[in-house]
Amino acid sequence: MKTQGKVTGIISNLVVVEVDGPVAQNEICYINLAGTKLMAEVIKVIGKLAYVQVFESTRGLRVGTPVEFQGHMLEVTLGPGLLSKNYDGLQHDLAKMKGIFLQRGDYTDALDFDSEWDFTPLVEPGTQVVAADWLGEVPENWVKHKIMVPFTFTDKYTVKSIVPAGKYKVSDTIAVLVDSKGEEHKVTMYQKWPVKKAITAYKEKPRPFKILETGVRVIDTLNPIAEGGTGFIPGPFGCGKTVLQHALAKQANADMIIMAACGERANEVVEIFTEFPHLDDPRTGRKLMERTTIICNTSNMPVAAREASVYTAMTIGEYYRSMGLKVLLLADSTSRWAQALREMSNRLEELPGPDAFPMDLSAVIANFYARAGFVYLNNGNTGSVTFIGTVSPAGGNLKEPVTESTKKAARCFYALSQQRADSKRYPAIDPMDSYSKYLEYPEIQEYLNKNISEKWVSLVMKSKNIIQRGREAYEQINILGDDGVPLDYHDRYWKAEIIDFVVLQQDAFDKIDCNTPLNRQRYMLEKVMQICDTNFHFDGFEQCSSYYKRIINALKQMNYSEFQSEEFYNYEKELETILNERRVQ
Amino acid sequence: METKAFQRIYTQLTGITKATVSLRAQGVANEELAMVHGRLAQVVKIMGDMVTLQVFSGTEGIPTNAEVVFFGEPPKLKVSDDLAGRFFDAYGRPMFGDSEIEGEPREIGGPSVNPLRRKQPSELIATGIAGIDLNNTLVTGQKIPFFADPDQPFNQVMAMVALRAQADKIILGGMGLSNDDFLFFKNVFENAGALDRIISFVNTTEQPPVERLLVPDMALTAAEYFAVEKKEKVLVLLTDMTLYADALSIVSNRMDQIPSKDSMPGSLYSDLAKIYEKAVQFPDGGSITIIAVTTLSGGDITHAIPDNTGYITEGQLFLRTDSDTGKVIVDPFRSLSRLKQLVIGKKTREDHPQVMNAAVRLYADAANAKTKLENGFDLTEYDERALKFARDYSEKLLAIDVNVEVDTMLNTAWQLFAKYFSKTEVAIKNELVEKYWPAN
Ligand SMILES: Nc1ncnc2c1ncn2[C@@H]1O[C@H](COP(=O)(O)OP(=O)(O)OP(=O)(O)O)[C@@H](O)[C@H]1O
Ligand SMILES: [Mg+2]
Repeated sequence: MKTQGKVTGIISNLVVVEVDGPVAQNEICYINLAGTKLMAEVIKVIGKLAYVQVFESTRGLRVGTPVEFQGHMLEVTLGPGLLSKNYDGLQHDLAKMKGIFLQRGDYTDALDFDSEWDFTPLVEPGTQVVAADWLGEVPENWVKHKIMVPFTFTDKYTVKSIVPAGKYKVSDTIAVLVDSKGEEHKVTMYQKWPVKKAITAYKEKPRPFKILETGVRVIDTLNPIAEGGTGFIPGPFGCGKTVLQHALAKQANADMIIMAACGERANEVVEIFTEFPHLDDPRTGRKLMERTTIICNTSNMPVAAREASVYTAMTIGEYYRSMGLKVLLLADSTSRWAQALREMSNRLEELPGPDAFPMDLSAVIANFYARAGFVYLNNGNTGSVTFIGTVSPAGGNLKEPVTESTKKAARCFYALSQQRADSKRYPAIDPMDSYSKYLEYPEIQEYLNKNISEKWVSLVMKSKNIIQRGREAYEQINILGDDGVPLDYHDRYWKAEIIDFVVLQQDAFDKIDCNTPLNRQRYMLEKVMQICDTNFHFDGFEQCSSYYKRIINALKQMNYSEFQSEEFYNYEKELETILNERRVQ
Repeated sequence: METKAFQRIYTQLTGITKATVSLRAQGVANEELAMVHGRLAQVVKIMGDMVTLQVFSGTEGIPTNAEVVFFGEPPKLKVSDDLAGRFFDAYGRPMFGDSEIEGEPREIGGPSVNPLRRKQPSELIATGIAGIDLNNTLVTGQKIPFFADPDQPFNQVMAMVALRAQADKIILGGMGLSNDDFLFFKNVFENAGALDRIISFVNTTEQPPVERLLVPDMALTAAEYFAVEKKEKVLVLLTDMTLYADALSIVSNRMDQIPSKDSMPGSLYSDLAKIYEKAVQFPDGGSITIIAVTTLSGGDITHAIPDNTGYITEGQLFLRTDSDTGKVIVDPFRSLSRLKQLVIGKKTREDHPQVMNAAVRLYADAANAKTKLENGFDLTEYDERALKFARDYSEKLLAIDVNVEVDTMLNTAWQLFAKYFSKTEVAIKNELVEKYWPAN
């Protein structure tokens, strides 16, 4: 028997329900508003009163409206067909909804229960299995989608029977498992999982030891992110968080991309809907949309579902990780999720923490980031969820609760600087403030030196040092004036500018420059560092600046040309000629 | 909103604050409208049989035995082609003693568009102002505010943009508009012979601030009617959103909510986003474009209102008086149209993106030179040229009184490049330089 209740209070989307039976924290219920079901989640219980946050507008709701509790928490449905879908924050398929406007209670299925999938069994009857073990697979776009023992199965099982290869619907039984007590369990191609709980059906979660190539130079070269690592991008509005995340979604070397558009602009999601079906995945040559799933809870969609959306996205990521895939999860913006928490905590009249955010904000954020990671599955395969979130600090000030809490949880920090954005030095990642903790991991250093070039890490450190010294020189020039400092200061400043213009800056809207593979990053960094190691002769600082501008121009033209094309080498020759003009032997 | 027979009437208030009243009542629906002592009010909270109503025009003089009549429905606007050419107050009632309009009543503040049913904006809005068209190109379906100090001519610029924008309908949502500004809009639209394309919902400074909260939703409900049903290109002007946000904070403070930054409600982001996200391009040609005004205090954009706005809108336009030329310009550094990528170099000439960037970069060099000068340092020969360029650029392109086609703007920019700089200094892709660098 499901617990029933009646509405007794309404404050915006916080509704108080008097219940006639047991309810659980985070349990889902439906408020039956004249035939329209409004989904809600229990967030507090006092005696017979359950406080629920409604994932919809509560306009027109009255005291006395009946409520039915579901006996489970907010769940997602996991199975073949998730790829390429566009969901709302609660995993309702946007494509199946009727009409132009989102209607309350138009809850559509996450999967297509009518379509058939080409199933191939991977186990024989008699095999011993546990949760997340692969029973079979179906082709989904280009992924071999594994049908697994449901994550909720906590016992050890023996496969009693499994269907032969053939076409099946997601709800068809494909295997029967017997547990240790001899009880039988039917397994279909889909399962459900509560989003707030991490899926931990794997053998081991080691420290990340590989890097995830993104094609973005200031990330890969200067502050690489690990496969299975975590990072975040804080920045004032308009500094390029979304453009950077879209670049990552397009180029990153991942098997699957999940984008959680969390409380941001609808037009930005439309951009993905429009472009991704046509853009090629640089690695597989297939269309980008084939490896992308979008969880879309834009700023005008119900606020409570915003919080759910990042969990929905993470759970889908963990599901694909269990199939041995490399998943990149992007969330824009995690601040909106924190704000949703704040709005609710406010309505619950909880004691507020800093900036009126809930007291446990840090813990909530840390918990979420901890779900990312590189894992060894039970069968020895590996999988990963790399997570990069954006943060939108109020007033652009990084000393605010969401940024500070996230900084404790994430290992890479890509701080966007207003100043760099203002001077159109995109991506506006501040080279001095930003960091990747992974660059300090010995296993990552070893990986980089082995896979890129022998002295790679020390070359990167050296380039960072040049940027630092260039900045110091620049400050001195500003204080003392162009001719108030030795010529050497100008030289240092301009050498740092080369790195800035050629390595750090990257045009996200240029077909070629937008994506730089690692071998090209290596080529260009080595080239630039050679120039930085060269002594040039100048008679005065004006000569110095105009000369370096020519060098930068030639290098930038190289960046805009197809790698190692004739055009590319022509600019390189031009560069050599320029370098020879003033090189001191 | 005449009284109907079945309406429930109460006569005993149990609490009164500056913006709200509460009473015991039964069967009340969340967000439904009521008349409290002859004033419109809306249900904002229900706890058991205790109902709290927000009274839009304030509670001064409301007695505890005031009559409260519930209407059983949320605020609505009657929509039809009849709306065109008319002026309404914040409640959607005709002004100037005009007759009621005929039409289908629609709930205001309705649901949002399914993002999958949107189309990517791609149609350029030409304004003739180079500071906009060249550097910060606007696109239909975009939402963008002017960030301006109160003394700047933002309403004038907005009216100019609206009239040149070739919109099928222009909907003015005036919040805390001074009577002079209201009359200014009315005159400009009248003089342009555009009145039949214009619909206005206005709350002036003389009217109660909380009423303003209805204005954007009224304006956007009318906009949705024309954009969805008539497939028209609708331009919505919202001025001044700062006063709208102030009204939000008045209400939330009265409701004892814990304020967040700058005494604004914690939900400010969501509240503003609900409005701005009504901007949309539909696949069948209809669109809603929102141009708003957010006045700043002392130019501070880190204040919660402009800050949250910046996080929601697709860019912002800054007006500034250029001390060198004495003209009001669209500031190229701080202004940004995020959607310009969708049209520049695609709907406009191929050299547009690079010319735009190069000009702004050179203008930045001039700004640096100016700082040097102010700090008493010597200028280089390059600095001198950059400064001269900046003056011309400001006068011929950035000033808001420029009114030319985009191609002319691009040609002008190339001429200025050639006049003051070498090709390497301009640093534009070679193929474009070869094609567009002026011969002489
Ligand atoms: N790499 C880039 N190359 C060129 N232009 C860029 C780049 N990154 C950002 N921009 C410019 O900056 C604008 C704003 O970028 P974006 O939308 O990513 O900002 P944001 O940080 O996500 O802002 P918000 O917090 O408001 O969402 C873009 O529309 C574009 O004009
Ligand atoms: Mg963004």
